[in-house]
Amino acid sequence: MHARVQQWWVVYRIALEERLVYRGDFALGTLMRFLPIVTQIFLWWAVFDAMRHESADASETIAGYSYANFIAYYLLTMLGRAFSSMPGLASGIAQQIRNGEIKKFLIQPVDLIGFLLLNRMAHKTAYYSVALGPFALVYFLCQSYFPPMPDAGTWGAFGLSLILAFVLGFFLEASIGLIAFWFLEVSSLLFVYMLLSFFLSGHMFPLDMLPYPWSTIVDFLPLKYLAYFPSAVFLGKVTGRELVISLWVEVIWVVALMVLCRVMWNRGLARYSGYGG
Amino acid sequence: MPGESVHPSYIRVLLTFMRNSLVRDMSFRSNFVIESVASTSWVFMNLGFYLLIFRYTNEIGAGSGWGKYEFFVFLSTTMFINSIIEALFMPNAQEFSELIRTGNLDFALLKPIDTQFLVSCRRCDWSSLANWLVGGSLLVYSLRQLTARAENPLQIHPLAFVLYPFFIVCGVAILYSLMISLSASSVWLGRNQTLYNFWFYITNFSRYPMEIYGGTYGTPLRAVFTFVIPVLIVVNVPARWMAWPFDVARSGPLSLFAVAATLASLMFSRWVFLRALESYRSASS
Repeated sequence: MHARVQQWWVVYRIALEERLVYRGDFALGTLMRFLPIVTQIFLWWAVFDAMRHESADASETIAGYSYANFIAYYLLTMLGRAFSSMPGLASGIAQQIRNGEIKKFLIQPVDLIGFLLLNRMAHKTAYYSVALGPFALVYFLCQSYFPPMPDAGTWGAFGLSLILAFVLGFFLEASIGLIAFWFLEVSSLLFVYMLLSFFLSGHMFPLDMLPYPWSTIVDFLPLKYLAYFPSAVFLGKVTGRELVISLWVEVIWVVALMVLCRVMWNRGLARYSGYGG
Repeated sequence: MPGESVHPSYIRVLLTFMRNSLVRDMSFRSNFVIESVASTSWVFMNLGFYLLIFRYTNEIGAGSGWGKYEFFVFLSTTMFINSIIEALFMPNAQEFSELIRTGNLDFALLKPIDTQFLVSCRRCDWSSLANWLVGGSLLVYSLRQLTARAENPLQIHPLAFVLYPFFIVCGVAILYSLMISLSASSVWLGRNQTLYNFWFYITNFSRYPMEIYGGTYGTPLRAVFTFVIPVLIVVNVPARWMAWPFDVARSGPLSLFAVAATLASLMFSRWVFLRALESYRSASS
């Protein structure tokens, strides 16, 4: 057990150091990622502006979100995505399967999924340590859009939802990457997943805006936990019983995807043949 | 014959490039279909987003003139321009930075044809043109809605059918200039990943009506993206001629400026490109 932990620690530390080499590029990239929100701020301002003119009695909310809520929502989804997005994970796994690199995990006493998870954790740690500055700056500049400080319970649920978003995002993408055992080329599949997740995770707009059949569909998908859910929790849109149930559903999703990943890995290895040197 | 300059037929070379790319795309037919579907589904998602917005409001920006169907004309204009850029220039610009990095630009420099032309037009991604179908259908549908509405129906001036494609071409030229300048700058910068993000974020501003940029922060932003980096006029100018009633006094000045900006952008990108070639030193040996 001790050896195992030590092995994990080494993997984690190496990946962390590797990541911190490019911290300048990182920080700049993070700051730039907020730029699209600038257009969103203006777009929603224009929408709310028109709504106010159309009826003097306008409630001035869309699906329960005020203008400030919208901006805060977009800023918070950035944070959610910082936890849940796994750039290059699925395509990396697929590539390793295709070019036979996974053979090294068959001989070495290292588990591919565990190894990748540790790597991601290190990447994320490095990312947060550098991204903290840009995030703090933007949130500080936009503080007027945020509601008053939520209570400790909400903070706790928010933190939990972010951590779960990370794990969920990891296992979701890993299982998509593992499909490469069956179809060698998964890039188009990945593209479709990326599109769907952009739309249905709530990255593009608060999912509460969706009309009937869609709102039910997104409720049955795990994607909403990647961006929508943490933001909605912070803004107090999901509370009480609903919050507890949602968190449990998310845990169930995480466990299910973990099991799925493991099964796919074992099944995939059983049918895998490595050719060439 | 030595000393005699060669005058290649640019049109014929361009057509050959396009035919080659089509042949290449057609040899992986299912991949082509998947790519077309993927690029149109992105467009449909965008459309869905705006349909959602128009469930809650009738207009983007009070009194801006961008009601639901006017905005959909705007959106289809965005689709036309983006799909041209993605089909003709995006793959080439990406390859250009790669050519610089690897030193393979040498081969392009040796060929008896203008290097900028060769580098910009070599590949054509036909699957991106699938969005023309979506954009075209959306345009026709929206125009029918606008012309047939009971209250204040739109009357399309015959000239609009000339000005609209003309300013689409101008818009494409502006974006092309921006793109080729950005990728040429990888001569100096070496890496270009951030540049592509930059491209994405800058063009992000062009996708909305310029009227939404108002107020203390919006007005300077609008000025910068109109006069310094003219991405705001790319879609706005053609869309105005089609979606709004024909009004020279209202859309004329900006259109004149758009013509000037197009010429300036093209000249600027040519200048950057030539400067980049001067600074280019082949990689390795």
